[in-house]
Amino acid sequence: MDVARPPLSMEDWEVRLNEIAEILRGIRPEFDFTLSSDFFTDGMLDSLDLVMLVSALDERYSISIEGTDIVPENFRNIGVIWALLKRCGVKS
Amino acid sequence: MNFTFRDKRIAGILTVLPEHEQKFADDMRNFDFPKARSLKLKQVMGYDRHRLVSAGTCASDLAVFGLRHLFEKGLLTPDGLDAMIVVTQSPDFFMPPTSNVIQGELGLKQDLFCMDITQGCAGFVVGLIQAFLMLEQESVSRVALVNVDILSRKVSTKDRNSYPLIGDAASITIVERGTDPSPIYANLKMDGTRREALMIPAGGFRLPSSPETAVPEDVGDGNFRAKDNLRMDGTAVFNFVQVEVPPMIDELLAFAAVPIDQVDWFLFHQPNKFMLQKLADKMKVPHAKMPSNVVEKFGNASGVTIPTAITLNLGERLQSESFQVCLAGFGVGLTWASMLMKMGSMRFCGMVDYPEQGDR
Repeated sequence: MDVARPPLSMEDWEVRLNEIAEILRGIRPEFDFTLSSDFFTDGMLDSLDLVMLVSALDERYSISIEGTDIVPENFRNIGVIWALLKRCGVKS
Repeated sequence: MNFTFRDKRIAGILTVLPEHEQKFADDMRNFDFPKARSLKLKQVMGYDRHRLVSAGTCASDLAVFGLRHLFEKGLLTPDGLDAMIVVTQSPDFFMPPTSNVIQGELGLKQDLFCMDITQGCAGFVVGLIQAFLMLEQESVSRVALVNVDILSRKVSTKDRNSYPLIGDAASITIVERGTDPSPIYANLKMDGTRREALMIPAGGFRLPSSPETAVPEDVGDGNFRAKDNLRMDGTAVFNFVQVEVPPMIDELLAFAAVPIDQVDWFLFHQPNKFMLQKLADKMKVPHAKMPSNVVEKFGNASGVTIPTAITLNLGERLQSESFQVCLAGFGVGLTWASMLMKMGSMRFCGMVDYPEQGDR
């Protein structure tokens, strides 16, 4: 896949990839998010989807992603989403 | 810009809501949007139903109805008003001012300072600042602040970024001199370089309305709107609010030397539940202290959401109790403004429905 991979073991990365991909599929089941490096450019997410994604991530990981972090750049692919989750305190 | 006011108070608030209620579930039939996504959107954003005027109803109609209600109930006397400020983005006409239309319809005295202010979601705080400034004059002892918008008439029904959240409403806030020794603190900021984040592109002199500006255009994500319609860059507005509002409140509370935990209620403009809850989390304010139920029950009526939040959540309690409240409005301009004040001992604080007679 063409997605920047954060420094995780292959096994951990696969777990996170699948977790986040499942959350994304819950919002837009018609797309395979593991194949895209930019969900917005590829037309897979819009601004309302972004809100629903943040809400789903907050709920799944018991965090509150800061409002100032809710910009498309932090959600354009699974790699950057994982990087944001780590900044929010989600453990590997 | 910071402000301090002394010996001023809010004596009463009345919210006027069109009685026609439209359901979010019905709105979604206008869009090519799967039911599961609609339900999720409803849950996250707090959309459920909104109040909308009929095609022929104008801003002054809601305001005249509300003021007449106060006169008839003996809560206000026509001659007791020295000034009337109307804050709206949906005036009856380019000219004359809507405040003069209301004055004429009600036969109010000529010795009345009528003023229109073009403001939106920050319009309640901006209007209060203006009312308090007027009350510095000895000749002015009571001001009626009218916030009113009927922007549903300017929103495309095919624009799911804006239509499901829009609401129409008016509020009448009576502002007087008071004797509470607590000062009222306010601050206000504006940034016209970001003015295009929220606008109605056509209809003014820059781009007059024409058959071309009325044609709905595909603006992406399955949304259609014309240049005559309200346009909101949702991502830019969200980011503006999250970046600018928390430091504004920090600055206000520091200016007033009041710790955040001494504020009883944070009564903020309500664009949607998600945005408010993110603000509350950032400010470390319990969600229960920052009500987010206006957009769900009535829709977002720009400058009227704060008075609606007050009348809905505190209502008659404000006639017998007193609270330290922090108000904040943010939106078109871009403008963001906040106010810290003791609120209570009101003569009235409630809501009334405006009976619709025309077709939708």
